[in-house]
Amino acid sequence: MDGDRIDLPQGTLDLLILKTLALGALHGWAISVRVQQISGGALQIQQGSLYPALHRLERRGWIEARWGTSENNRRAKYYELTARGRRELAAEESAWLRLTAAVAQVLAEPSS
Amino acid sequence: MWNDLIHRCRALFRRRAVESELDDELRFHHEREIERHLLAGRTRQEAERLTRLAFGGLDQVKESCRRARGVEPLETLLRDLGYGLRMLRGHPAFSAIAVLTLAIGIGANTALFSVVDGVLFKPLPFPHPEQLVRLHESRPNFPNASISYLNFRDWQRENRTLSAMAIVRTTGFSLTGSGEAEQVDAEAVSSDFFSLLGVRPLLGRTFVRGEDEIGAAPAVLVSAGLWRRKLGAAPDVVGKSLTLDGRAYPIAGVIDPHFGLRIQGFDPADVYVPLGQWRNPLLRSRASGLGMHGVGRLRPGVTVEQARADLERIARNLAAAYPQDDKGVGAKVVPLKDEVVRDVRPYLVVLLAAVGCVLLIACVNVANLLLARSTGRAGEFAVRAALGASRGRLIRQLLTESVLLAVAGGGLGVLLAGWGTRAALGLLPAALPRANEVGMDARVLAFTLVVSLAAGVLFGLAPALKIARAGGQQALKEGGRGASGARHRAQDVFVTIEMAAALVLLIGAGLMIRSLGKLWSVDPGFRPGRVAMANLALPPPLMTASPAAVRAAWRAVDAKLAAAPGLLGSSLTWAAIPLVTDDELLFWLDGRPKPASVNEMSWALRYIVEPGYLRTLGIPLLRGRFLDARDDEHSPPVVVVDETFARQFFGDRDPLHRRLALDGGARRAEIVGVVGHVKQWGLDQDGRDRLQAEVYFPFMQMPDAAMVLTPSNATVVVRSAPGAPPVFTTVRRVLREISADLEVSGMQTMNEVVAGSLAARRFSMILFGSFALVALALASIGVYGVTSYLVGQKTHEIGLRIALGAGRVDVLRLVLGQGARTAVLGAAAGLAAALGTTRLMGHLLYGVSATDPLTFAAVVAVLAAVALAACYVPASRAMGIDPTVALRRE
Repeated sequence: MDGDRIDLPQGTLDLLILKTLALGALHGWAISVRVQQISGGALQIQQGSLYPALHRLERRGWIEARWGTSENNRRAKYYELTARGRRELAAEESAWLRLTAAVAQVLAEPSS
Repeated sequence: MWNDLIHRCRALFRRRAVESELDDELRFHHEREIERHLLAGRTRQEAERLTRLAFGGLDQVKESCRRARGVEPLETLLRDLGYGLRMLRGHPAFSAIAVLTLAIGIGANTALFSVVDGVLFKPLPFPHPEQLVRLHESRPNFPNASISYLNFRDWQRENRTLSAMAIVRTTGFSLTGSGEAEQVDAEAVSSDFFSLLGVRPLLGRTFVRGEDEIGAAPAVLVSAGLWRRKLGAAPDVVGKSLTLDGRAYPIAGVIDPHFGLRIQGFDPADVYVPLGQWRNPLLRSRASGLGMHGVGRLRPGVTVEQARADLERIARNLAAAYPQDDKGVGAKVVPLKDEVVRDVRPYLVVLLAAVGCVLLIACVNVANLLLARSTGRAGEFAVRAALGASRGRLIRQLLTESVLLAVAGGGLGVLLAGWGTRAALGLLPAALPRANEVGMDARVLAFTLVVSLAAGVLFGLAPALKIARAGGQQALKEGGRGASGARHRAQDVFVTIEMAAALVLLIGAGLMIRSLGKLWSVDPGFRPGRVAMANLALPPPLMTASPAAVRAAWRAVDAKLAAAPGLLGSSLTWAAIPLVTDDELLFWLDGRPKPASVNEMSWALRYIVEPGYLRTLGIPLLRGRFLDARDDEHSPPVVVVDETFARQFFGDRDPLHRRLALDGGARRAEIVGVVGHVKQWGLDQDGRDRLQAEVYFPFMQMPDAAMVLTPSNATVVVRSAPGAPPVFTTVRRVLREISADLEVSGMQTMNEVVAGSLAARRFSMILFGSFALVALALASIGVYGVTSYLVGQKTHEIGLRIALGAGRVDVLRLVLGQGARTAVLGAAAGLAAALGTTRLMGHLLYGVSATDPLTFAAVVAVLAAVALAACYVPASRAMGIDPTVALRRE
């Protein structure tokens, strides 16, 4: 971890993508911008991780892709949550919250 | 999961579309990033730089995406295959040689495996074949004796371990009344025979219980061939009658006789009759083995051992109940398949080992080729390694190429094998059991595939490892010559292996050739040249005539044969015929007390012949006289014995005028002469465990009960005069002239019979020899290739030496020195291997020891000469190198 950039483990990246798409279809660039915005710049997703993750999620059937026109009238590939993706998102979200709560509890114990 | 599959398929098959989509997507992202930087106020240049930095390696991103698509291993494989194909197409000469070499090696293996599979591995084509067993009585002189009819009935009734039992006996009939009269082969079977084997009739039914009893109503089953040939394949034959030997047999059904039992005693026949219809009075004798072969089916879960113990128990009971006939008789149970393949198995195993050697040599040759070619490719792979390809990746690609070669070779090999097997089976139809089951089926193809893949990995591994290791700056710098030293060692090892394997094969072939040679010169005890034999049957009315009428008929035949020009001698024979069929008799020496039971009597081979027999077969007379016209049904019984009989029963004393007690003491015959021994059982039977004593009886002195059986099938042997046309034509003409109503069948020359007894041996020798020659050819190609390559590599050095004053001999020594060392090493290894392995061929050899020094020395000399010849061309090329040209080629 250098500076204000936090390295994301793979499962977390999937979760972020799914959550971001929960509000509506976006193309890859928009997803990375949105995540950066919402996290206040703390989380910056690299293209090297973003696109493989998107393709993997598409292969699993949690998101689906279609080509459309972007805001600036150019051809872009939009991703959208599927019904299964929504279910996965709910499950992953609750699992994550439980995990972090537990970890936080452990860390709250005073050390020496 | 479906989604997964769809995506993978799409990624695989519409790769270009998918790739271009990815391009578009990433480019879009790239442009938006630039825009964002521009909007933030940076310059165009700055924006582009930042974006490029953030993006990282575009190719790497694409690679990650591709991997995420989940088809990478398959894609890589396809790419490697495509690349490999292009490589092979680009070097057609190399590819052709490699593929052809592999095709020969793999094809030979496939062909032999299809034979081995069909004969040894495949289960017999019956339902539950593992339950089928062969049954024998075991008598003191005969470990595998036939089961007598009455014993069979008792065994059948009392056993607890077999679900069915059957016996079979080969016989023959004269078929009349349906078109032209002919002799038909027949099998007399017990009722359960067909149901035991699960054979279903094509028409009608098979035999039922009780139909095989002596005295039951006659019935016959007709073979499909006879049905088509003689009965016009009429669908309503059931119920019609066939006239066999003058009696009417109603047809009960039609069956296909080729139900897979191609072993001695179970030959396919034209007709099948119930056992009780075989009119031989000895059927009722418990002690007579009448050449009846037994089969049984074990109950589910019963082992062979249990069945044997069970039958032994019954045999012991019978021995107690009938001590006269059955004392000392036991039972033997053998799995049917074992007995079917027993004679052939040793040959097939040896041939399989031989053909494995051939494949080894082929693989080594191709490995050599690949090594030689890899010199030129070291640079290519060094570049790829520098560009980031892992060693595993390179090895995988090289192995893909070699497996591709191997599979191509395998495909061609399958074609060669198919043609080769058919040709080979055509040469030897009869001697191979289950030959009709040999074919190119799924198992054989699977075997070929496995062998091809294994071979591909085997010969591809060494060059692949070499290249992968040699990749690097070293190869780039030295322009490809740097790794040649290491490669030499591998090539030397390969040539050593080749020479050793070829040597082993050649020695094996040499030993087999010498065995056959020795066998050919073995004296069979008679002179088979210009001798022929044929089966004769008298016209049907004589089948039911009185003994006197039968004798008169045969005398008439004799007279005509004696008067025929072109024949030096002829004789009717009955009972045993050398190399063809055997017949035994029980007796004891007159003057000694009568033995208490059959099994304490003595055995001898019985030949019932006429006076002309000696001259016809060319058997030497040693003492006394042979049978002559005086010895007929009115004169005292006489016999002639052979020298083995004399030695065995009389030692050095004179057997003449001694008497034998026959037929349980009812008759006594006087010995009037001693003749030379005849090899009844075959040229390679040196008499350790078989009956050897021989007795000759006069044909006309046969008891009446036996004489009335002869009209249906007696055998005649004839010798044609020298200078006359070949014996066949003479005999056929003579017999045709003699009588129109004599049935003649089954003519063969004695030379054919003798050769036939060696057929299996000769065939496997031819095969083995072919393999050895192929191995020799491949090995010499290998030696040539390696020496050639060596000369190519050392051109520079040789040029230098010549320029510095080296003579031709020095150059020769340089080129051949290493090769000679390798060859000597290979020969030594081969000799050691041969000494160890030819021992395994022991029982296939005759008259030569498995370590025969003459053969070994001769083969080594041949191999050395061939290797030397193979080196000749490259060596002479080396000696003719022009130093100026060589040195310039830095």
